Amino acid sequence: MPIEDLTAIELRDRIVARQISSVEATETILDRIARLDSIIGAYLSVFRDEALQAAKEVDRRIAGGAPVGPLAGVPIAVKDVLCTSFGTTTCASRILENFHSPYDATVIRKLRAADAVIVGKTNMDEFAMGSSTENSGLKRTVNPWDPSRVPGGSSGGSTAAVATRMCFAALGSDTGGSIRLPASFCGVVGLKPTYGRVSRYGLVAYGSSLDQIGPVTRTVADTALLLQTIAGHDPADSTSVDERLAPVGDYLGKLDEPVEKLRIGVASTFNAGAEPAVRKVIDQAVASYRDAGAEVIEVDMPHLDYAIAAYYVVATAEASSNLARYDGVHYGYRSKNATDYIEVYTKSREDAFGKEVKRRIMLGTYALSSGYYDAYYLKALKVRNLIRGDFVRAFERCDCIMMPVAPTTAFRLGEKMDDPLKMYLSDIYTIAVNLAGIPGISIPCGFDEAGLPIGLQIMTPAFSEEKLLRIARMYEARTDWHTKKPAIVERIAR
Amino acid sequence: MSDLTYKVIVGLEIHVQLSTKSKMFCGCALGFGEEPNSRVCPVCLGLPGALPVMNERAVEYAILAALALNCEVAAFTKWDRKSYYYPDLPKNYQISQYDLPLGGTGSIEIPLEDGQTKRIRIRRVHLEEDAGKNLHTAGNFSQVDLNRAGTPLLEIVTEPDLNSAEQVRALAVELQRIVRYLGISEADMQKGHMRFEPNVNLIIERAGQQFKTPIAEVKNLNSFRALERSVAYEVRRQLDEFLETGRTMQMGNKSTRGWNDVDEVTVLQREKEEAHDYRYFPDPDLVPVTTTPQRLDEIRSRLCELPAQRQVRYVREYGLSDYDAGVLTAERSTADFFERAVRGGGDPKRVCNLLTQVGLKLANERGRDLPGLGLEPAAVAGLAKMVEAGTVSASAGNTILQAMVETGRKPDVLARELNLLQKSDAAELEAVVDQVLAANAAAVADYRSGGKKSQKARGFLLGQVMQKTKGQANPKVVSEILDKKLH
Repeated sequence: MPIEDLTAIELRDRIVARQISSVEATETILDRIARLDSIIGAYLSVFRDEALQAAKEVDRRIAGGAPVGPLAGVPIAVKDVLCTSFGTTTCASRILENFHSPYDATVIRKLRAADAVIVGKTNMDEFAMGSSTENSGLKRTVNPWDPSRVPGGSSGGSTAAVATRMCFAALGSDTGGSIRLPASFCGVVGLKPTYGRVSRYGLVAYGSSLDQIGPVTRTVADTALLLQTIAGHDPADSTSVDERLAPVGDYLGKLDEPVEKLRIGVASTFNAGAEPAVRKVIDQAVASYRDAGAEVIEVDMPHLDYAIAAYYVVATAEASSNLARYDGVHYGYRSKNATDYIEVYTKSREDAFGKEVKRRIMLGTYALSSGYYDAYYLKALKVRNLIRGDFVRAFERCDCIMMPVAPTTAFRLGEKMDDPLKMYLSDIYTIAVNLAGIPGISIPCGFDEAGLPIGLQIMTPAFSEEKLLRIARMYEARTDWHTKKPAIVERIAR
Repeated sequence: MSDLTYKVIVGLEIHVQLSTKSKMFCGCALGFGEEPNSRVCPVCLGLPGALPVMNERAVEYAILAALALNCEVAAFTKWDRKSYYYPDLPKNYQISQYDLPLGGTGSIEIPLEDGQTKRIRIRRVHLEEDAGKNLHTAGNFSQVDLNRAGTPLLEIVTEPDLNSAEQVRALAVELQRIVRYLGISEADMQKGHMRFEPNVNLIIERAGQQFKTPIAEVKNLNSFRALERSVAYEVRRQLDEFLETGRTMQMGNKSTRGWNDVDEVTVLQREKEEAHDYRYFPDPDLVPVTTTPQRLDEIRSRLCELPAQRQVRYVREYGLSDYDAGVLTAERSTADFFERAVRGGGDPKRVCNLLTQVGLKLANERGRDLPGLGLEPAAVAGLAKMVEAGTVSASAGNTILQAMVETGRKPDVLARELNLLQKSDAAELEAVVDQVLAANAAAVADYRSGGKKSQKARGFLLGQVMQKTKGQANPKVVSEILDKKLH
C-alpha cells in the first residue's frame, strides 16, 4: 500500500515500529503537494524545511528509544485560521496576508506535544465565512472529485488536502458547518466537537459562541485520535469546559464497540428539503443501521426552520465585533492612501476585506445597533434556546439524530457566488448543531449519479463524543465509502 | 437680576485603577512609566485568536468597594463589549459591564464645610478594562503605548446629588480615602489612578420661572484641584451663557468639554452629544460571574471600619476635634498607628498632637507613611505620658519625637540628654519668682491695680520666670506660685 493511503494511526504505528520513517512520510506528502496542489489549491503555506526538521527529530527520538507522542511523525495540515508562531496566519484574508502570530494556538501546542509534523496551513473562506472556500481572499481551492466544483467551506482546504492524501489528517474549524459541509463535499470524516470541548485559544474568532476546532480525517478512528489529542480544558479559554463537569472521554478505547439498542432520531419533514439523490443515500444509511438492529424514530424539531435566520444574526453580530480589531493600526494591512486615523480604518478595511466579510460585518453591526438589538440579537438568542430545547427533548427519546450534512452535493464554482441567500441555505442542516452547542460528525455514506460524495450527519448530546464516534464507526465498519479515492488524485499523482 | 437664584447640579463619574498584581483579563503586570509596550501579551494587544480570562482578584476588590459604598452586589453579572474605534483600544471594543453592573444603587456620606455630612446616592459600580495611551510626541505620526491597556478600572457613577464644587471635591477625597482603606487602589493621583468626569448644569429660578442649563460633561480630570476648579468654572460659565443667550437644556444638547489646566477654563470638545451607539452585547469569550451569598459574606468579613465611621468615632470616643480626627483617619496606616499608641496608654489628645504636629510632617518630608518612620507606638505612648505628667513640656515633647525618629532612642533617655526635663520643684522655682518680682516692681503694681493691665502684667511675669529657667520651669507650678505671691 502506498504510504499516503495509510491512515494516520497506521502510519504512526509504522513510524514507531521504525518500518517507515517520519522523514519518508513527510517527503511523500511534500512531494504530493508539489505535484497536486497547483490543481487543488488546498494549501496557503507549506513548511517544507520545518516539517522535515520536525520529522527528523521524531525519527531520531524513536531511534534513540525515547518515548514519543500519539501522533509521532504524522504529517498534518491545519486550517489557516489557527495561530502558529511559525509562518503566517492569514485567515485567507488580505488584511492578514503577511501577519505573523507571535504565539501558537493551544491546539497547535497540543499537536506538537503529540509529535505531529505540521506540514502546512490550508485555504478557507476568508475568516471562515462561507460554504465553498470561494470567499478566500488569497487562493482558489477546487473539489478533488470534480475540479469544476467547490470543495465546500469554510474548511475546504483541509478537507481537500485530506481527500487528496496531501496530509494524513487536518484540523478545521466549524461555526455553522465549516468542517462538516466540506467533509461531506470531499468525502472525508469531519467532526465538530461540543462547544467547550476544545480550546479556542489561538483560533481566530468568527462567531465566538459558535466556533469550535475539530478534526478532518479519512477514518473515524483517526478523528478519535485527533480529538483525544486536542480536547480538554484550557485555562486560557474561559469557555472551555471544566473537566470535572465533563471529562474528556476515551475516544479510541471502545470505538469498535457498537452502541447497544441504538435509537436513531430522524426529522423526516425537515430532511425533505434535500435533493432526491442526497435523500436516497441518507435513507439508505439510516436503513443500514436499522438492519443492524437500531430503532429509528421520528423526532419533532419544530424550530430548526429558524436556525439559519438565528445563526446569521448571532454569528454576524459576534463577527462584527470580533473583526473590529483589523483596523490597519496595530498589525495587518494598512492603506497607504490614508491621511488621518479615521481613513486608516476605513480605507484599510475597504481595501482588504472581501465582499462576504463586509456583508457579514454590516449585518452584524445592524443587528447590534441600538433600537434593533431586541428585535434581532435578543430574538435570535431566544430562537437559539428553542433550538437547544428541540434537541434536549429529542435526545430524551433517542441516542442520536441523523440527517444530511447538506441539501446538495458539491455545487459548481461560481454557481452561488452571486446569491448569498442560496449559499447560506447550504448550511441548513449543520447550523442547528452549532446553535445548540452539541457535537456533529459527517461521515462518507455514498455518491450521487455524478460521482460526488455525500456525507451522513450524526448528532448526539453535548459532551457525548465517545458515543458519537462509536455510532459513526458502526457504519464505517460495514461500508467502504471511506476508502474511495478521487480519480483525479490517482491520475495526476501517479 | 436680583431676583435670580440658581442651584448647581453635579453628577460624578469616577474611574479608579485597582491595585491588582496583573491586568483585568491577562497575566501582564500592572505598570507605570515602563518602556512603552513592554507590559503586553497577545491578550492585551488584542491579537487574533487571543482570549480574555477574568482576574478574580479584581472582582473581589470591586465587590469590596461596592459593599463599602452600600451598593447592592449583583449575584449574577456578566461582561459586555462596548464598541468604538480608537487607536488606543486594540480590539476596538472595551470589555465592560452594561446592564448588569457588579454594584447597584448605593450611597456615600461626604463631609460638608459646616461639619454636617451629606448622603450622595451612588447609581452604579462596575468593572472594566482600561485602554492604552496615544502618544503624539513623534512628529508627523502618533504612537500607541499599550502598557496600560487591560488595567482593571472600577467605574463609580453618582446620582446628580452634588450641589457645589466643594461637595464634588469632598466626594472625590472621601472616595480616595475609602479605596485606600480597603487596600484596593493606591489612588495615586500623580499616576492617574483616579480620573473624574463631572456632569454639570444649573437650575435657575428667575421671575418665578425655572430654567435648566444644558449639561456639560468635563472629561478626564486627574486632580482634586482640577475637579473642583473645573466645576466652579462651569457654574460661572453656564450662568453667563444663560444670561447672554437664554439657552436651556434640550434633547441632545449636552456638550463635552475638556479642562485647560494652564488657563483654568473648560474648552468645548463636542457641541452636540453625538448619537453614540456602543452596540453593547454580552462578551461571548467570558462566562457570567455569579457571587454566592457565602462568598459575599466572606468578602464582607474583610470589610474594615471605613474612614468616615472612624473619624466620627475618634470625635466621640477620644474627644478629638473633627479636624484632627480627619487628619488621623485620612490614611489607614496613620489611624492604626494612632490607635496602637492610645492602647499603649497614651492620652489620645497628646498622641494626636505628637502625630499631627511632628510625626506626619516628618513622614511627609521623607515620602513615607507614618509607620515607615520606624517609631514604636509604645514609645510614642510613653512620650505622651511624659507630656501629660508634665515631665516635659508639650513643645519639648515635639522636639523629643523628632529626635526619636532621627536616633531611634527612647523618649526618657532623650529628654534627659537634651536637658528637656521640666523643673517642677516648688522651692527652687519660688526663689526664681521672688527674684523676678523684686526686679519688676512696675509690673507687680500693674497687676495689683486690676483691670485691663492686670492679665498682661501676669503674663509678662510668667514669661520672665520661664526665660530665667531657660524654658525648663513647669508653667503650671510657676503659675500657682505667682498667684500665691501676688495676693
